[in-house]
Amino acid sequence: MDMLVGQLLTGLSTGSILLLAALGLSLTYGQMGVINMAHGEFIMAGCYTAYVTQQVIGDAGVSLLIALPIGFLVGGLMGFILEALLIRRLYHRPLDTLLVTFGVGLILQQVARDSFGAQAVNVSVPEFLRGGVDILGTTLPKTRLFIMALAIVAVTAVTLVLRFTPAGRRIRAVVGNRDLAETAGISTRKVDAATFFIGSGLAGIAGVALTLIGSTSPTTGQSYLVDAFLVVVAGGMGRIKGAVIAAVALGTLQAVFETNSTASLAKVGVFIVIVVFLQLRPQGLFTLRTRSLA
Amino acid sequence: MQNRFKPTSRALAASAAILIAAGSAAACGGARAGDETAAAESCVDTSGDTIKVGALNSLSGTMAISETTVNDAIHLAVDEINAAGGVMDKQIELVDEDGASEPTVFAEKAEKLIREDCVASVFGGWTSASRKAMLPVFEDNDSLLYYPVQYEGLEASENIFYTGATTNQQIIPALDYLAETGVKSIYLVGSDYVFPRTANAIINAYAAAHDIEVLGEDYVQLGGVDFSTIVQQVNASGADAVFNTLNGDSNVAFFREYSNVGLTAEEMPVMSVSIAEEEVGGIGVENIEGQLAAWNYYQTVESDVNSTFVEAFKAAYGADRVTSDPMEAAYNSVYLWAATVEKAESFAVADIQANADGVSFESPEGTVVIDGDNHHVAKTARIGEIQSDGLLYTVWESEGPIEPDPFLEGYDWAADLTVTE
Repeated sequence: MDMLVGQLLTGLSTGSILLLAALGLSLTYGQMGVINMAHGEFIMAGCYTAYVTQQVIGDAGVSLLIALPIGFLVGGLMGFILEALLIRRLYHRPLDTLLVTFGVGLILQQVARDSFGAQAVNVSVPEFLRGGVDILGTTLPKTRLFIMALAIVAVTAVTLVLRFTPAGRRIRAVVGNRDLAETAGISTRKVDAATFFIGSGLAGIAGVALTLIGSTSPTTGQSYLVDAFLVVVAGGMGRIKGAVIAAVALGTLQAVFETNSTASLAKVGVFIVIVVFLQLRPQGLFTLRTRSLA
Repeated sequence: MQNRFKPTSRALAASAAILIAAGSAAACGGARAGDETAAAESCVDTSGDTIKVGALNSLSGTMAISETTVNDAIHLAVDEINAAGGVMDKQIELVDEDGASEPTVFAEKAEKLIREDCVASVFGGWTSASRKAMLPVFEDNDSLLYYPVQYEGLEASENIFYTGATTNQQIIPALDYLAETGVKSIYLVGSDYVFPRTANAIINAYAAAHDIEVLGEDYVQLGGVDFSTIVQQVNASGADAVFNTLNGDSNVAFFREYSNVGLTAEEMPVMSVSIAEEEVGGIGVENIEGQLAAWNYYQTVESDVNSTFVEAFKAAYGADRVTSDPMEAAYNSVYLWAATVEKAESFAVADIQANADGVSFESPEGTVVIDGDNHHVAKTARIGEIQSDGLLYTVWESEGPIEPDPFLEGYDWAADLTVTE
């Protein structure tokens, strides 16, 4: 029983990390359909934002809280620029988008390497997040609880924005039926730019938070990219709800497999489950029902 | 879904392919076997005032993080030798090539250095995959590689000199140290590739013969960063110590998780074999203070030779830089090559091979001596403790240099060791 609770908790915590990394992608890839291979590098940019903020401010606690909104802006701006300069010109050519953003990702990695050095840098964990909390016989690090809370806040915020704000309604309208939305007078260009800004900004926030548990190096983003795509694909394109459930399910699966074998074998197990699942349900957990013809 | 930029299945397949390629780039990569049958006539030019040698390190890609520091050390040694008059009165001309963290690139660049640049020898390589990829190139062209990193042993090529530690100069002393301090049970955590798998096979054999219980053996894919389950299992196992063969960024995530669940060096020390001065900064000293590492050299080794080396390195590359074991081994390799050339009075590969045995160098870690039979060097083993200034301090060292034994022929318990490569 203890074992089971422990695995569930670990699954939740792993899932919330996956979710945080994938949330931005569920907007840009899930809703807009842009395969952005540089998403991992936006996460990395968030990591370095946390590092720079901490260098400037000093106090780890204060700088973490300040770095979160700055990380959003840094990631968002990078995404906005990428969309305006490149992706916008390649909307009809997904394969080209894929290659171009992959290239941009490599460039960003090299930029990070040249500005911060190839070696990983250290972002200190604030005093109030050090140590662990005992929950039902399992010790969960406070940093993971913080990330769980942040993931919940981020998902709630995105859901509220999409559901209740005019901008959110416009985004949903464009996703639902682009031509009809355009006919109704919505500037799809502006909506695309805004969606990309928010999605990339969320990657920046994820980056700031992930410095608490992982490394901050030029290749940091790469370790999250594949998992983020998996979450969005398994969850179903365009549904935040799908991403949440998929992230928690994948996290729990990983934890359960890992307890019974090694971590690298568990990864293989998770991949197999996803492949089988996508065979049975190619559209993922949830699909967006639209009235469009295609 | 009406979407004018709906991704096609082709694009998805391509993205999957790229993701997989990117993920496995660091881990594997087939060796490009030398396709030339006859050894090419050496084109090394020894007539002029200079002699060309090559430095082949990853200056880009995932491994650049470590290998650029090795490249710096090679340059330092070459500059010092040149300032002192060169080798056999010739100035050394160093040709840099980028292995780009890709074994196949290492093989190509090695071929280029040997055939087009006509270098007398090459210094470099880091991952075992890169070494294995270069090995046939050096053997087919009958040229020389000096490889400066500790590795899993079980290799001895006529055309490679191994100046880093083999297993009996690093892993076995580390186990001896743990056993001496009363450790009765250990937990093994490693990245999933050849070095940790081989190291753990050796550790299991050692443990069986020395009454140490192995409570668990876990592997994470290279670059893996989620350690919640593993650390929980380590914690629950109640082992006396952890033996860590993780590589690269995984160490950062592992040690953060480890200290966050409240595990400390006093309770359950972690012995690492891939964490040196360079890596401590990225992990954060507060997460790793008091933990142990096994190497042959630390920046803090007390000797005149080492203080000169550290000062020279800082003068050349900046006061905030640190020196580490692989850098020192690379620095030594240039000097060992130069000393062998002077002894043989020749730059020819056959002469160097014939004269290598017994060539020694007073290095920062102490005296190192080449073993002419297996081409490894005798080295002193040291266990270091990580302290609050981010440096490692020796807490134990072997009595003098340990003779290299890459195939562990001198250890009875290793006789049945079946290691798959």
